[in-house]
Amino acid sequence: MSVDGVDKKIVRPYGDTTGDGMVQVSFTLPVPHDKRGEGAAVQLAGKMGIDPAMLVHAKQMGDGYTFFVVYGRVNHLVDVSAVQVVERDFPLLSAKEINALVKQRLRRKLSVVGACIGTDAHTVGIDAILNVKGIAGEKGLEYYRELKVTNLGAQVSVPELVEAARVEKADAVLVSQVVTQRDAHLHNTREMSAAFREAMPAGRRPLLIVGGPRFDETMAEELGVDRIFGRGTTPGEVASYLAHALITSRRAAA
Amino acid sequence: MRKGLRERANHRVCQRGGRAAERSDGVRPKLDLDPVLVARARELARRAGQPVVDLARSHTTVSVERAVLRLAGVTGADPDGIPWVNRLVDAVVADVGLGHGVAASVFDALAREDLTDVTLLAQKAAAGSVRFTQPTGRAATAARRAARKAAAAGVRQIDRRRAERDRLVKRYGDPKQRPWIYLIVATGDIYEDIPQAQAAARAGADVIAVIRSTGQSLLDYVPEGATREGFAGTYATQENFRLMRAALDVSSKELGRYVRLTNYASGLCMPEMATLAGLERLDMMLNDSMYGILFRDINPIRTFVDQRFSRQVHARAGIIINTGEDNYLTTADAVEEAHTVTVSQLLNEFFAHEAGLADWQLGLGHAFEINPDVPESFRLELAHALLARELFPDAPLKWMPPTKHMTGDVFRGNLLDGFFNLAGTLTGQGILLVGMMTEAVVTPWLSDRDIALQNVRYVLGAAGGLHEDFVPAPGGFIQQRARQVLGEAVRLLERIGEQSLLTAIAEGTFGIMKRPPDRGKGLDGVARHEADYWNPATEILEAQPTGAEPTAVRS
Repeated sequence: MSVDGVDKKIVRPYGDTTGDGMVQVSFTLPVPHDKRGEGAAVQLAGKMGIDPAMLVHAKQMGDGYTFFVVYGRVNHLVDVSAVQVVERDFPLLSAKEINALVKQRLRRKLSVVGACIGTDAHTVGIDAILNVKGIAGEKGLEYYRELKVTNLGAQVSVPELVEAARVEKADAVLVSQVVTQRDAHLHNTREMSAAFREAMPAGRRPLLIVGGPRFDETMAEELGVDRIFGRGTTPGEVASYLAHALITSRRAAA
Repeated sequence: MRKGLRERANHRVCQRGGRAAERSDGVRPKLDLDPVLVARARELARRAGQPVVDLARSHTTVSVERAVLRLAGVTGADPDGIPWVNRLVDAVVADVGLGHGVAASVFDALAREDLTDVTLLAQKAAAGSVRFTQPTGRAATAARRAARKAAAAGVRQIDRRRAERDRLVKRYGDPKQRPWIYLIVATGDIYEDIPQAQAAARAGADVIAVIRSTGQSLLDYVPEGATREGFAGTYATQENFRLMRAALDVSSKELGRYVRLTNYASGLCMPEMATLAGLERLDMMLNDSMYGILFRDINPIRTFVDQRFSRQVHARAGIIINTGEDNYLTTADAVEEAHTVTVSQLLNEFFAHEAGLADWQLGLGHAFEINPDVPESFRLELAHALLARELFPDAPLKWMPPTKHMTGDVFRGNLLDGFFNLAGTLTGQGILLVGMMTEAVVTPWLSDRDIALQNVRYVLGAAGGLHEDFVPAPGGFIQQRARQVLGEAVRLLERIGEQSLLTAIAEGTFGIMKRPPDRGKGLDGVARHEADYWNPATEILEAQPTGAEPTAVRS
């Protein structure tokens, strides 16, 4: 890999020659476009490790903001062998792939029941994941042809949720919790998981998933659920997890 | 006097856009559409839509009743932020139900309690110290007279706002170019939105839209007051409307062109949003006939009832509605499902005309969402955009930028937006929503907006008149494609006609969602009219069909 045969994976950015270290960045500074403004942009580029920095474009926008484009040689080295990656333990799949998996391997619609439980009336989270509208340009689970989604909405009691999961033959139950006053989200989640354990034998229990901005994703076991999703989770991640947990990993184990 | 003012204004609107004139001297039909087929498409849309109109005319909703009471003067919210108008309607519904309309009961109670302020009555009702009954005989006559007077004062305020807009447009002028340039701001904080909106106007935006907070469409009340936090958007409140409109009035004066303001009449509070928009002189409102049903799982009957009332208010207020056909193409394939856009446009047009909106108020939507990897994707886009243009020659079409096929590759995104802008000017679109190269990456940065506006200015500057030379070859690719889509639209409308629109929606004809009429959010806020149903606002709004005026003036 490396030029001199040593297995050190040190690289620099590539412009048009190996090792030239060239990068291009653009940013806005809250300054008017004048000599001093351009100097400020070059100073920032310098602090970013770009030296020499070529200021190739500067344009004032409105009062007192200027957009800059800078090209230059960056003096940082990248050690590829020292790169650490947090691996997701399931692959991210497209809606098409997920639909195909469900159709071919499950051979029926995958049933998902969602709700906000307790007094929580914030359906923002569950709706972002379930509604077709989705979030951040990603469609919600309703969009997946092979998923049957039942969104119970807000302020659903735990017994109602268990009953709905039974009626809909839920493969997975999604619960959203936004309100965290006096740890309501943790109490509600524990109550919910206990109710499912009590009502259904282990093999028949749906996958239990909770989500919300204040959950610690490592607490799943402690709360008695299969998975916790935190802030910024997209429908695609949830759907991919469903496919992984309910189809691909199960088949592998069987 | 008021009416005279409005007519003059409408006259000017028609002259100004020059759409009618433009059609007769400039733009000749380019697609050679079969006029018999076009007429048939409209007739089928009417047939599909009429049962829904009948349904809307025979039902009311909590939001319609709340809108009536807002017109009649109920304002403010309780200490928990729940509007007094919600508390009042809930109290009346608990005592006498929803199906009679709440206005007579409210004004009957007002007289019995010896009050003049309806908000005070709402506060007493919320405390449980007022009983409501359905008045009869002389009490009913007196209550109706008082309710009509109060609601008329609200409608008069909307009329004054409309006249005020007409005056300001006359004073400052409209944008010099078509399409109008439409930009979005959405920080969540109205006080942060204001300088951003003003900067956008200065940079060339003709229309500012303030995106709502995620999830507001599913709130069954309108939040109150100036708000400083939201999720990916700013809450739509009457006070936020007022603050932003006042700020854009300052910008209009500074820039010498009237800068328009847009918000959303969608979700569970459509009628109230329309009312507040009319009261605060908003200029455009997003208002689709089926969006809430398909994408937000709102009950179909609730949506159609709310939609009709909201459109009657928009008609009266001189507000341009923006419909949401672009959304179908974000879920379905933009080539295969192109005809569903046409069908929805035809239905939106029918519902809008029925509610009194004139053609110049119909910002029918469509979008540049074909996968750029599809061969000849740009020609297909031109065919679809031109089809909409020629089917609705007098509507200010709303042209929406690519979103589905935008990636983190901002350079490619900027190129795609350039083609989108070119298609917009080449096919004579009315309102162009500025595409951001950072779509799907971040909420737009200051520099993203600046780059996007440069893109628009370059294309409009370099090719703004190219539509004069752009004549698709007779019988060529573009003409054939447009005819094919129209043909598919007619066939879909025929299928809908066989079942009824509600069945079609229940069976998943639009988008891919199945939405039965007995399901969905907000159903418990719907009631069939009792024999004595009455509301003063509908009576006033239907007495004077404002939508017909521009046509009369034009001819």
